[in-house]
Amino acid sequence: MIEGARWRRWVFFNLPLTLFVIGLLFPFYWMVVTTVRPDAELYRPWMAPNYTPFWTFHPTLDHIRYLLGETLFSRWMLNTFFISLLATAISLFCGLLAGYALSRLKFPFAGSLGTGIFITYLVPQTLLFIPLADIIRNFHLGDTPWALILTYPTFLIPFCTWLLMGYFKAIPRELEECARIDGATRWQAMFYIVFPVAVPGILSAGIFAFTLSWNEFIYALVFLSSPEQKTVSVGVTSELVRGDVFYWGSLMAGALLGSIPVALIYSFFVEYYVAGITGSVKG
Amino acid sequence: MAVDSVAAVKSAKSYVAAPRRGPVTRVLENERWFAFLLLLPTAVLLGLFMAYPFIEGVLLALSDAKVGVPGSFVGLQNFAALLNDSIFRVAVWNTIVYTAVTTVFKLALGLWLALLLNQHFRGKALTRAFVLLPFIIPTVLSTFAWKWMFDPTFSVINWTLFHLGIIRTRINWLSDPGLALVSVIIVNIWRGVPFYAISLLAGLQTINPELAEAAAIDGARTWQRFRYITWPLLLPVTMVVVLFSVIQTFADFQLVYILTGGGPANATQLFATYAYQIGVGTGLLGQGAAISLAMFPVLLAVVVVQLLYIRRVEIH
Repeated sequence: MIEGARWRRWVFFNLPLTLFVIGLLFPFYWMVVTTVRPDAELYRPWMAPNYTPFWTFHPTLDHIRYLLGETLFSRWMLNTFFISLLATAISLFCGLLAGYALSRLKFPFAGSLGTGIFITYLVPQTLLFIPLADIIRNFHLGDTPWALILTYPTFLIPFCTWLLMGYFKAIPRELEECARIDGATRWQAMFYIVFPVAVPGILSAGIFAFTLSWNEFIYALVFLSSPEQKTVSVGVTSELVRGDVFYWGSLMAGALLGSIPVALIYSFFVEYYVAGITGSVKG
Repeated sequence: MAVDSVAAVKSAKSYVAAPRRGPVTRVLENERWFAFLLLLPTAVLLGLFMAYPFIEGVLLALSDAKVGVPGSFVGLQNFAALLNDSIFRVAVWNTIVYTAVTTVFKLALGLWLALLLNQHFRGKALTRAFVLLPFIIPTVLSTFAWKWMFDPTFSVINWTLFHLGIIRTRINWLSDPGLALVSVIIVNIWRGVPFYAISLLAGLQTINPELAEAAAIDGARTWQRFRYITWPLLLPVTMVVVLFSVIQTFADFQLVYILTGGGPANATQLFATYAYQIGVGTGLLGQGAAISLAMFPVLLAVVVVQLLYIRRVEIH
C-alpha cells in the first residue's frame, strides 16, 4: 500500500501507472489514427509546420477500402482463421489425451516423458525452420495450409499438455474412482468425468493456442509462397511492402483489422487467457 | 462406516478385474496400453515434425546442401566456416546484447508494473486487460506500427522529442547503425513487459498480505518489506518467467525481420535472422541449418538450469 501524503500517491502510483498505460497503448492508437488518415496528411514530414500528429481532421476509409478491395486481405484472414482453428483443435485433442496420461496414469517412463514434453515446449520455431521446410517439401505439403496446420501443433501440444496436466492433477482421484466403481471404463471415466471438470483449463489452453497460431510468423513466411495461401501476418508483410515502398495507410489498416479477432477473443476470455499465461509459467 | 467402504472398494476391484467386455475395451482397461494409446497422437506429431526435423537439421548442418541440391557430407566444415565468419560473430554478439539488455529492462519494468497493478484502485481489471495488449496482438502487426513510428521523415517520436526540446535534428532510429539495435531493443521491451507484469502479478497475488502487514507493524519500511518479504517469495516465479523470456528473446526473429531485416550493415543481425538470410535468402541450407543449430547449446544450457532450479524448489 502507498501510505502518507496525497502527493506520494500521485508520484509513486498515479503518474507511473499512467505513463505505463500510455506507453503500452500508444502504438495501437497510432495504428488507428494512421488507418483513417488521408495520404496527403500521412506523408507530411514531421518538420512541416502543419504536421498534426495526434489527430486528423479529414478521416477517410480509403485505406480500408483499398485493403479489402484491391488486396487478398479477406482471403488471408480466412486462411489464418482456418489454420488457427484446426491447429488448435488438433493440439487440444492431443494435449488432452497426453496430459491425462502423464498426470493420472502409471506407466514406465511417465516422469521422463513429462520432462521431455516440457523440453519440447521450450524449443523455439527458429531452431528448426530450415530442416522443417525441407521435410514439408518432401511431404508435398509446401504452399498448402496443411504445412502450418500440422506443424503448429509442435509448439502448441507441449503447451496444452503442460497446462492441462496442472488442471488434471488438481482434480481429486476419488471422483474418477467412484465412476470406476460404478462400472465405467477407463475411457468413460476420463471422457465423462475428468474432462468436463477440466473445462476451464481446456478453454484457457484453447484460447492461448488459437492466439499463438494466429501470431505465428516464421513458419508461415517460409512454408507458404503464393499470395492466396498466405496468413495475415505474412500477407501484410509481403504484399503491402513492395521493394522500398510501404503502403502505410493500408498496412496500418491491415495491422488493425488483423488484430481484431485476437483482441475480441481476448476481451471475452481475459480471465482464461491470464490463467493460461500464469499456468504456463507455474509449470 | 470404514468397514463398509473397504468392502465397497474390494468388490469394485474384483468387479473391475473381471469385466465381461470386448477385446478393445479390455486393452483400454490395461493402464499401460491405455497410456500408450493416449500418448500416440502426440508422439506421432512431435516425432514427425520435431524430432525428425531436428535430426534432419543436424544432417543438413553437416552437409553442403543448397536449395534443390541434396549436397554431400562435409563434416564440421559449416561450423568451422562460422568461426571465421565476421557477420556470424556480430550476430552472436548482437544476440547476447539484445537478450541481456531486454531481459534486465523487461524484468525491472515488468516488476514495477506488477507492483502497481497489485494495488487497489478503480478500473483495475480494465487496466490489467489493456496492459496485456502488446503481448497478445500479433507481433508482426504491432511491429509495423513501431516501424512507422520510427520512420525518420514522418516519425511522431521525433516530433514529440523535438517539441519537448530534447532533440534538435531528426533521429534516424532504424537506419543509423549505432541506434538500430537500441530501437529494436525498445520494441522488444515494449512487447515483453506485459508478459512479465501479468506473470509476476499472479505471483504477487499468492503472497499472503498478512506477512507484509506484520512486518509493517514491526516497523519495516516499504523498501524493506519489498526487499526481505516480497522479493524472496516472488523469486521462484521470477526465475521461471526470466528463463522463458530468455529463450524466446534469444531465438527472436520476427521483430528484427520487420524492423530492420538485420541491417543496417548487420547492425541488428541475430542468430535467427542470419540463419534465415543464409538458409532461405541465399539458399545455402547446410550453412543456414548450422547457424540455427549453433543456438542449441545455449538454449540447452538455459533449459538445464531451469529444470535443475525447478527440481530444487520442489525438494524444498
